Amino acid sequence: MNKKLLFAGAAIVLVAAFIGGALLYKSESAQQTSQVLERNQANLVKSHSPTLGNPNAKVHIVEFLDPACGTCAAFYPHVKQIMAANPDKIRLSVRHVPFHKGADYVVKVLEATRKQGKYWQALEALLASQDTWTRDHTVLPEMIWKPLEGLGLNFEQIAIDMTAPEIAQRIEQDLADAKALNVTKTPEYFVNGKPLPSFGLEPLRQLVKDELARAY
Amino acid sequence: MTAGDRPLDAAWPLVFGCWVVAGASTLGALFLSEVMELPPCVLCWYQRIFMFPLVILLPLGLFPFDPRIVRYALPLAVGGWLVAAFHLLLIAGIIPESMKPCTQGVPCADVQIQWLGFVTIPLLSFVAFSTICALLIGARLRISR
Repeated sequence: MNKKLLFAGAAIVLVAAFIGGALLYKSESAQQTSQVLERNQANLVKSHSPTLGNPNAKVHIVEFLDPACGTCAAFYPHVKQIMAANPDKIRLSVRHVPFHKGADYVVKVLEATRKQGKYWQALEALLASQDTWTRDHTVLPEMIWKPLEGLGLNFEQIAIDMTAPEIAQRIEQDLADAKALNVTKTPEYFVNGKPLPSFGLEPLRQLVKDELARAY
Repeated sequence: MTAGDRPLDAAWPLVFGCWVVAGASTLGALFLSEVMELPPCVLCWYQRIFMFPLVILLPLGLFPFDPRIVRYALPLAVGGWLVAAFHLLLIAGIIPESMKPCTQGVPCADVQIQWLGFVTIPLLSFVAFSTICALLIGARLRISR
């Protein structure tokens, strides 16, 4: 009988240590995240980022996005929906973090479409067709052009513009800022400088809702 | 209690000790991957494959005490010990890069955590498997006495 008690006691101690440790670790890392964010708030918003929506909107979503990331593609229509449901009250800025192999090429093409005023159309077309130009988390660069047909883009001009050194610099800056803000996964959203309490569509909706209530 | 039970009684705490080590190692491994979100490398996965079943298997031999538990648990412990030893040699650079089985994901030669300057995750694993092996062999000796 004593042996069973000993066994049960040891099991309880082990599991309790695990749960206690996990709670402690989570609360400490959450505290660290907010400290890092506070210290590096200047890294969050950069004027070079493509921005959608009313420039005077009081709720600002900053999204760290990798065009080759599946979850980014899945979330994008929902972000657009949130914006459409609150017209002129939300603006969206995109920071490009090409974490996937070959995704920097796609970002360069997207940046080049900005010169032709077609960035958002191109981004939408590429996200919607992502399956066709990615395989095993790797970009197939020759496949990204087909989804862009029909947008009236000048591809020859894109091929020239995408090599501009300022585009490479912007990508570098975005990646450096992501590092400073401890953004290691995409998509990552910040709403008026606040990170999602936990990742998911519902936490994003809730955070936007809270910020809308605060601002309007 | 009969005289014949005494060697078994002496072996029980050793097997119980194995279970405590295996349980702590399993929860520790889960803490690293699920709480701290460090992705396990391929070699870590093989060590997990040898460690996790011990948590289930050993109690089955403890209640009621079955001396043959050593026979069932020791092969797992030795297997895990060999992988852990290989992993340590890899990190130490004694086994060359080309021999490492990890080509994708997290490189096994990467040191993700270092406590007190020398305690790494593979070292903890090696110590755990060594302890379990030693305790099981000790139990075997006591049973056969």
